[in-house]
Amino acid sequence: MASPRDRFLTDATQATRDAPQRDFLRRALGGYYENRDLQKARYRDWEHARDAAAMAKWNAVNRLDRTLATFAANFERNGGRVHWARDGAEARAIISRICREAGAKAVIKSKCMTTEEIHLNDALEAEGYGVVESDLGEFIQQLRKEPPFHFVFPCMHLKREAISELFTRHLGTAATDSPEELTMIARRHLRQLYVDADVGISGANFLVAETGQVSITENEGNARLTCALPRVHIALAGIEKVVDRLDDLAVLLPMLATAGAGQPMTCYNTLYAGPRQPGEPDGPTAFHVVLLDNKRTALLADPEQRDALHCIRCGACLNVCPIFKNIGGFAYGTTYQGPIGSVLTPHLRGLRSWNHLSGASSLCGACTEACPVRIDLHHHLLRNRRNAARAHANVFDKVFHAAFGWVIARPRLFALGGRAFRASLPMLRRLPVPYLRTWLRTRELPGAPARSFRDQWRDSQP
Amino acid sequence: MSSARDDILARIREALRLPAAKPHMKSHDHAGSPAKPGRAWLPDAGETPEQRLKVLADNLLKLKAQLIRVTDMPSASAALSDLATSKGWKRLAYHANDDTRTAVATLSCEAWAVDQDFDKQRLEGCDAGLTTCEAIVAQTGSILVSSSDNGGRALSILPHVHVVIARADQVVGDLTDAFALTRKRHGDRLPSMLSFITGPSRTGDIERILVLGAHGPKELVLILVG
Repeated sequence: MASPRDRFLTDATQATRDAPQRDFLRRALGGYYENRDLQKARYRDWEHARDAAAMAKWNAVNRLDRTLATFAANFERNGGRVHWARDGAEARAIISRICREAGAKAVIKSKCMTTEEIHLNDALEAEGYGVVESDLGEFIQQLRKEPPFHFVFPCMHLKREAISELFTRHLGTAATDSPEELTMIARRHLRQLYVDADVGISGANFLVAETGQVSITENEGNARLTCALPRVHIALAGIEKVVDRLDDLAVLLPMLATAGAGQPMTCYNTLYAGPRQPGEPDGPTAFHVVLLDNKRTALLADPEQRDALHCIRCGACLNVCPIFKNIGGFAYGTTYQGPIGSVLTPHLRGLRSWNHLSGASSLCGACTEACPVRIDLHHHLLRNRRNAARAHANVFDKVFHAAFGWVIARPRLFALGGRAFRASLPMLRRLPVPYLRTWLRTRELPGAPARSFRDQWRDSQP
Repeated sequence: MSSARDDILARIREALRLPAAKPHMKSHDHAGSPAKPGRAWLPDAGETPEQRLKVLADNLLKLKAQLIRVTDMPSASAALSDLATSKGWKRLAYHANDDTRTAVATLSCEAWAVDQDFDKQRLEGCDAGLTTCEAIVAQTGSILVSSSDNGGRALSILPHVHVVIARADQVVGDLTDAFALTRKRHGDRLPSMLSFITGPSRTGDIERILVLGAHGPKELVLILVG
């Protein structure tokens, strides 16, 4: 099987050659930029608001042992059950045990990237449960047997014709080119499934330590239905999702909406504290939260990159990334695409196999600029490159750098080398040096100046 | 064998032995933490009740939610009847309290009060759901409903239209105010669900084109009394 790096190179090359698809992506994102800018302009000070959001996450993550324990205690005080999972296998086992003990047949899911991370659907389906994704984009991707293309906009790569054909094939509906009609087809199809499902599985955008609430953000209302109608509700959450106080959400919820989709607030922001309470007319009788580590503590142990755990999964860094806009989401081969995915994946799946993503960046810093919680994204890509070079140094790099260091420490030798290099530069273009040949295939090599910089500098001094 | 809980907490404590620098902040140059709480930087919500109502009305318009302002409960009841007639509703579901009972009194279509363990299938077939709310947030145009006082979890999401009846003094500035109001009312025992509803259900999943009524209500109507 090809390595992740080889697959990335093949897939990225192929995606980049598909110019109509790239244009389509850019057009789809056009409305996002417009709405985001309009909405950001309404803030009294967006930059200060970013500070507040970053500090809210910093405070929670840097005292994670306490905030998480407080959350767990308060969640149980509200009548919920907390489960802890060291890795994906443990989380899958816990969730499937809850489904089994509930005597469940049908499971309805709202959008949750953490379940994608641990491949939950495959595990539940293998045990015979019917699992249906209810978010429109995820529903479409599930029918296509394809992972999400973008962790906020799962099927943004698809044209309406493709979705219409998909629905005709799987649901037997008539062809249509209206996004509205396509949405209504999914709405009609899914409505009965919420009513019939025994278990609802959701993710969590935030866990509020102070009150023991699970906060879920969505636009469609599918998560509201998933958490209202089935008799059991399970929320899967990474341990980094916790915040200290309810008031932190007063800043984080509007910023998530503005950065992620250019909205003042996402349509539904819902806080769940335990199962249905006495006196309430409906709601699940059991509410479980599964807290997942799955290498997050390894990232936590790196103080330089710990702020990557501040991520609120708004997707803003993907939407502005020149690499994402050209290679799309699939080429990454990761659960989390774009700059944040390139930072996280080497920590979650191993630096050795995933360091190539650290190079999937122009280091323009657009991601860092867009991040509402001020994650130092593009510098983290550099840090991953450095760590990879330290851990698995390449012999060529080692020898080359040692020789280069030796030469530049000797000014005369360096001057001589420079002269030789300038003279031989025209020849380099014709020499079959492997790295250089790849580089020069799409670039012009400028001619060398006749004189060295040091000579020019000396002459320019009065 | 140690439990997963103990293992994870031990890993976290071990990881946190090395401190991390604070984020590079605009307001961080000298003091070390932001001078004002975060809410000071969010969009302006208005200082006076009149200003807040103006901000709210603007937001609801942009969100494609309908705002009907009336002076008293009888006019609210009349407005609801007009909606039912013009949209041809056959059945409206509501949760019973003083305000909603008054509002449905003159309704021409069937009004069904959902109570403990109502029939979910029947609710799915209702044209509209009528609820009250905990608070309304001017800054974001959000309506806060709870599972304890506003009819549970499904009533505000399952029927095709959601109508909210509220009083003008329930309009607050921002989310912080809404949280404070909710905690004042419920104390330590918060409802099992608190939901900020910001416009009718929507999706942009197909070509990023906005469609209303993805899974929840296609229409959101706020009848504001006073």
